[in-house]
Amino acid sequence: MSNSLVLFMVIPIIVGIILIFFRESPKLQSWFSIGVLIALFGLGLYILQQVQQNGIMRLDFGGWEPPFGILFVADTFALLLSLTTLLVTIICLLYVALSPREQMINYYFYPLVLFLNAGIIGSYMTGDIFNLFVCFEVMLLSSYVLITLGGNRIQLREAMKYVTINIVSSWFFLVGIAFVYGSVGTLNMAHIAERVAASGMDPLLTVVSIVFLTVFSLKAGLLLYVWLPGSYSSTPTVTSALFGALLTKVGVYALFRVFTLIFNEGTVIPTFIAIMAGLTLIGGSLGAVAYTDIRKIAAYNVVIAVGFMLAGLSIGTTLAIEGTIYYILHDMFAKALLFLLIGTMIFLTNKVHIHEMSGLLKNYPVLGWSFFIVTLSLAGIPPFSGFMGKILVMEGALENGSYILLFLSVASSLAVLYSLLRIFSQCFWGETIISAEEQRPLPAMRLMPIIMLASITLALGLGVEVMAPYVQEAASLLDPSTYIDAVLGRK
Amino acid sequence: MESIIIVLVGILTSVAIYLLLSKNLIRIILGTAILSHAVHLLILTMGGLKSGTVPLLGENAERYSDALPQALILTAIVISFAVTAFSLVLAYRVYQEYGTDRMDELRGSNDEQ
Repeated sequence: MSNSLVLFMVIPIIVGIILIFFRESPKLQSWFSIGVLIALFGLGLYILQQVQQNGIMRLDFGGWEPPFGILFVADTFALLLSLTTLLVTIICLLYVALSPREQMINYYFYPLVLFLNAGIIGSYMTGDIFNLFVCFEVMLLSSYVLITLGGNRIQLREAMKYVTINIVSSWFFLVGIAFVYGSVGTLNMAHIAERVAASGMDPLLTVVSIVFLTVFSLKAGLLLYVWLPGSYSSTPTVTSALFGALLTKVGVYALFRVFTLIFNEGTVIPTFIAIMAGLTLIGGSLGAVAYTDIRKIAAYNVVIAVGFMLAGLSIGTTLAIEGTIYYILHDMFAKALLFLLIGTMIFLTNKVHIHEMSGLLKNYPVLGWSFFIVTLSLAGIPPFSGFMGKILVMEGALENGSYILLFLSVASSLAVLYSLLRIFSQCFWGETIISAEEQRPLPAMRLMPIIMLASITLALGLGVEVMAPYVQEAASLLDPSTYIDAVLGRK
Repeated sequence: MESIIIVLVGILTSVAIYLLLSKNLIRIILGTAILSHAVHLLILTMGGLKSGTVPLLGENAERYSDALPQALILTAIVISFAVTAFSLVLAYRVYQEYGTDRMDELRGSNDEQ
């Protein structure tokens, strides 16, 4: 059974390679890749049930027992994130399949998305820190190509900055790995955690943990998000949706994994993360409120969400971690929805500034109300999915006495609400400027993925009870001994 | 031995950072390539140098060198090779599109088409 874990990474890669040969038939590419991902999603649900019943599942490649060799570890946290990733990708691919863009389809879009998925899910599943680096690179290399697809000039320029900054952050990752290997002599994450706990956090390990913090902050966009708004707002709709929903979350996951499992002692790192999260919330809010370009506003909303998640990590109580896990799952769906909506608005009007559009609600009611739903969801208003996560993190902050973070979280929620309501009131309300003749038709098929995502965000909000056992299980992150025992095989 | 290599890593890193801070695209990419060489040497040094003989089956020796850093470097070299190749192609496309290879001439906001 545990052998099936490898399928999550191998199947997307093999299918991607096969699809490279079918460049001429976009239909086959799209439905084949969507079908494969749906099958993987089903398998993932089954494995999630298994893990819920029998504890953490493990796959040792080549039969090398830990701490030797490399391995995949499927705990609830990793599985929840992988499943969400698969679902968001399926819906984004549906969006492409129903509204094809010649330029992208002809240049291996589907294989690249599958490779991207392999990298992301590999990062979630791996139990070995060097493998984490390799999976990061698989993901990043796909994202480099995706960010340049679609071929306008701005993209190339932004891609250059994106690639350079990611190469530098990967370099830091390797430096961190080198020092970890030099100081504790192992690469298996559970084994590192054990040895670090045994030796205590000496100055060298503290420095190494700060190197890792730098790396993952660069990938997640925590405080070091300078590259993010430019690159996320220059790409085509679907790429932005995939990036905004999935890529930063891998950095967030790595921060969670490394700082709950390995470097969980001392107060240095939580303080650092708290300060960085606070500054991220402030910077993201300022950006979201300041810009009038709707793509930029959406990109800064990604930054705010990252700040909020890491605020949850730095608070670090069980409540806050549970809330953050809820929030990560919600944010993946909601961000994908936001970017798809914004892309559709740009497609319909050919404008990007909020004061250039008006009265879209009259022409496209479903689109308008979907936008309203995503606004409420991202601002954390019940009954949508953002509410539960926010309320739990804020309760955790109260428990812990982190009043500054509490204030910043509330204020940033208001900034999200303000920035999105501004789009809603400017672009959707008011006199329509598109006459009935000029109106671009919006086929119902194009709206289907959007409606799907909107109903998912509502279902997640209403189905908190269904999700609760899984999220509580995932929040056992805070007790690293479960993970360590499962990996090192001590019952 | 280790200290000499560490100094070399430091020199390589500083050279790479100098190149990264220049305005020329090709120099920046060369900077990233040298940067990854520096970290490969660092990983090798971290595994310990000249600590024993070659780790081969059938070899009878008191001590063996650690083979793991070499495996890590092999992976990292392949990855950095691919990324460098990609960024060179990207730089070429940027040059074709903008007619310049200087970063400061690629500035501006996204509104300018």
